[in-house]
Amino acid sequence: MSKESREKLKQISKANKKAVNHYEKIKKRKDIDPSEYIVDMKDKNNVIEFNNLKTYFYTDVGIVKAVNGVSFDIPKGKTVALVGESGCGKSVTNLTLMRLVQGPSGQIVGGEIRYRTESGEVVDLTKIPMSYMEKIRGNEISMIFQEPMTSLNPVFTIGDQISETIELHNKDMSKKQIKERTIELLTIVGISRADEIYKSYPHQLSGGMRQRVMIAMSLSCNPKLIIADEPTTALDVTIQAQILDLMRDLKNQINASILLITHDLGVVAEMADYVVVMYAGKIVEQGTAMDIYSSPKHPYTIGLLKSKPVVNKYTERLYSISGQVPNPIDMPNYCYFKSRCEKSFDKCNGDYPSLNDLGDGHKVSCWLYDKDIKEGR
Amino acid sequence: MSSEILQVKNLVKYFPIGTGMSKKNKSVVKSVDGVSFSIKRGEIMGLVGESGCGKTTVGRTILRLHEATDGEVIFDGKDIFKLNRSQLRKTRPDMQLIFQDPYSSLSPRIPVGDIIGEAVLEHKIVPKSEYKDYILKIMRDCGLQDYHISRYPHEFSGGQRQRICIARAIALKPKLIVADEPVSALDVSIQAQIINLLKDLQKEYSLTYLFISHDLSVVEHISDKVGVMYLGNIVEMGSKYDIFKNCMHPYTKALLSSVPIPDPSYKCDRILLKGDIPSASNPPLGCKFNTRCPSVMDICKKVSPEYKDYGSGHMVACHLYTKS
Amino acid sequence: MNNNVTGLDIDSSNINESVDSVISPDEKDIKQDNKKVITPGQLVIKRFLRNKLAIVGIFIILFMFIFSFAGPLFSSYGEYDIFFLDKNGVEFVNKEEIDFTQEGIALNLRANPSLNHLLGTDKDGRDVFTRLMYGGRISLIIGFIAIFIQLLIGVSLGGAAGYYGKFIDNLIMRIVDIFNSIPSIPIMLIISSAMLVLEIDQKNKIYILMLVIAFLGWAGIARLVRGQILGLREQEFMIATEATGIKTYKKIFKHLIPNVMPQLIVFATLGLGSVILLESALSFLGIGVPFPYASWGNMVNAVNDPIIMNQHLNIWLPPGLCILVTVMGFNFIGDGLRDAFDPKMKR
Repeated sequence: MSKESREKLKQISKANKKAVNHYEKIKKRKDIDPSEYIVDMKDKNNVIEFNNLKTYFYTDVGIVKAVNGVSFDIPKGKTVALVGESGCGKSVTNLTLMRLVQGPSGQIVGGEIRYRTESGEVVDLTKIPMSYMEKIRGNEISMIFQEPMTSLNPVFTIGDQISETIELHNKDMSKKQIKERTIELLTIVGISRADEIYKSYPHQLSGGMRQRVMIAMSLSCNPKLIIADEPTTALDVTIQAQILDLMRDLKNQINASILLITHDLGVVAEMADYVVVMYAGKIVEQGTAMDIYSSPKHPYTIGLLKSKPVVNKYTERLYSISGQVPNPIDMPNYCYFKSRCEKSFDKCNGDYPSLNDLGDGHKVSCWLYDKDIKEGR
Repeated sequence: MSSEILQVKNLVKYFPIGTGMSKKNKSVVKSVDGVSFSIKRGEIMGLVGESGCGKTTVGRTILRLHEATDGEVIFDGKDIFKLNRSQLRKTRPDMQLIFQDPYSSLSPRIPVGDIIGEAVLEHKIVPKSEYKDYILKIMRDCGLQDYHISRYPHEFSGGQRQRICIARAIALKPKLIVADEPVSALDVSIQAQIINLLKDLQKEYSLTYLFISHDLSVVEHISDKVGVMYLGNIVEMGSKYDIFKNCMHPYTKALLSSVPIPDPSYKCDRILLKGDIPSASNPPLGCKFNTRCPSVMDICKKVSPEYKDYGSGHMVACHLYTKS
Repeated sequence: MNNNVTGLDIDSSNINESVDSVISPDEKDIKQDNKKVITPGQLVIKRFLRNKLAIVGIFIILFMFIFSFAGPLFSSYGEYDIFFLDKNGVEFVNKEEIDFTQEGIALNLRANPSLNHLLGTDKDGRDVFTRLMYGGRISLIIGFIAIFIQLLIGVSLGGAAGYYGKFIDNLIMRIVDIFNSIPSIPIMLIISSAMLVLEIDQKNKIYILMLVIAFLGWAGIARLVRGQILGLREQEFMIATEATGIKTYKKIFKHLIPNVMPQLIVFATLGLGSVILLESALSFLGIGVPFPYASWGNMVNAVNDPIIMNQHLNIWLPPGLCILVTVMGFNFIGDGLRDAFDPKMKR
């Protein structure tokens, strides 16, 4: 290693230590004054509002801006899909929402996540005390994971595990009521032999069944928001179809919003009302599912949609986005997609383009659609 | 030379389960249970199916990475299962394998040039004097840079690692490549790059592929001929057109309708299959699909359907069509 | 919400991985500028050097080595020298027969620390500080040789079991089971008394001791190597070597062994510590390194004497500390190596 790079690494680790200590100190404080985290919703119909959220990872080689100024809303009863390739920051957004970013290297650096709790308080989830967060997590906000096997405890029966969560949230229910509710939930998620499944252990179930159980479990506390992190990625196509069908059914039955995190554009098209496309920690395009699929605007979205072959639509050669996701450390000032973009022009060397509203909430962050430029031409 | 480079006849592979302490209770997983197909030179055959249907085992047994339980594989005029060790080793370069996981398929402590070139030297594919130029040419063909030759795998992203795997296979001048889910572990935009690369290489080196995947849209895009597997059997096989536009077997129909279409306005009447795939160690009697089939008949539970040709190589194994 | 917690843990480890994986392209970019290749080995060294405890460990072990191997060169006393006091209280060493009938001559035993004897003298009048250095030699040498023999047996048997599988595997693993179920301390006691009966030379006892420690310890290494190789054999790059038709010996030496090395190095480093502990325990029980040879273990043995235990800390505490510090040093290095080889194991 050259002396220069060693010097550079030393500086980085020094700066990191300082920043991390700063945020850890804020995190560890006790008796946080409610005025610090009580905020106001922008729109009453939203369950959650992300505002300029920033989560950084302070690594030994530099700062990884995993989530870099992300803003979007999840309206009541709607499904919002967060789409992007691996490393685009979609999972970190989710972890930030749940306050599960791994310290000390990972820190929420700025922004707000506004959320209306069941008691009617509007809080900023990035600033509330951890004890408060623990009440919300798994209670008002529940999760469905990619790999259901690892999220079920192998030594307890399915019935025990679901009952446990019900009991936790409904202290006044009798044992019998809890069991009835558990079986009811299992039936809701389309398990026909609910009594039998109630007594079985996770390893006795197939992947699809386990995912159903996970969904039942996430419903057990009547959540306001369900986060589904790649819920069908580990499943086979026919099983995936079953689960998607179930989730769509449930969406209409229950009054919860869903935040769907996935890389599969097909799944998004089936499930989502709104779509948020992320690239390298930033939102490049967002809008209704119709907007995104029928008239995608950002070259990245267009490329992503074109590069996936579609059954019964034949193309001689697939469109492919050249190159790779850029190095996440020391991102340039200009558009992160510039080096891979076919349509880049002079203006792209300038600042990072802001998110422009093209009307009806279809927003895109690209100089091609900048108002000033269009009018200037 | 026949036009068919690979002929697989009634391939069977059972894996024993449990340790062999008592020989009585030995049970087997019928991973591949009588699979037959053939591939013409320069053709791309796709093999689709869900996890556990035995498609990976078919690929590896053909290459004799597993010893088959029964059956015959004729590759380029040679009966693969009858070759002895040294003959097999000499045949190895002609049939290559590309893996799904680009992370575990490269030895972490060997530089890329050696990974690609190790077997080239071993089999003396090119004279030693041309060795380096040859490796560089292969690398360039696979979209890698010259300076990558001395790098180690840990420096590469998933897509580039897959390129290295492809280069390792191509460098041996193979005739057949078994590509086992080569793009499943990659991001969408990288998938497209790799699929295009595979297609380009096929033309340039006149290769034959057996393309194994669970992703129907990818298989449709790349293949000329498609086989659909379910629980160790091919239930339907035919040209791409036969399978995707004109499929007959209820399983193929369900599988096709299960693929999510990236278009929110598209409303399909989806055939939802009930239940899960039965275990391969104890498959149902008769037609193996009878537990989930929407149009199951009495006969399906007793007799396994015959594998019949319904015109120009469109093979289906289903009782629905045998009667009429 | 137990269940969720487990799931979340998994998820966050994914994040760490993803961060790791996004970093590597960056390091590549830096290198692209320098046109310099970083081998996996260099990467390990880089990560190792970043670990402060591991560096402390390296310094401890280095110090111990210099202390035990170079130290005696600067000492004017020998390992077995016994110090006497004449009637005037003047100290002398006499290697010849001493006439105790001569008046006033006495052993200079259990002396307190002084400039002459930095740590005083022991119950036989030998210099504790000097013996501490010689004792370190024996302890460290026994550790290294025993581990070396263990590796030799363990790697070859474990490797054979893992690579060939089936009957060979079954046979070797049963032998491993037998060795694992031998109670080592009673065996040591038996061997020690057998050596007494057979009147084996004191010096040879040390070598026999090393062999015995090695023979009782190789089973763990064999099991580790077998497990590793079984795992590696299923890795796709090993299947690739088969599919490309690489020769068997190349498969073993170029692809298998280098990938088992990390675990072996870690295991051996940590094993060094435990062999030193075992040697001390045996010597302490009086069945290890025999007198008059010094080892840290048999020096601690002096604590058996209540007077020494209560009043002469200088005799038994320093070797005890040496054992503690050395074993700790090896453990620091071992842990550091493990983290360096496998950064995902951290946290």
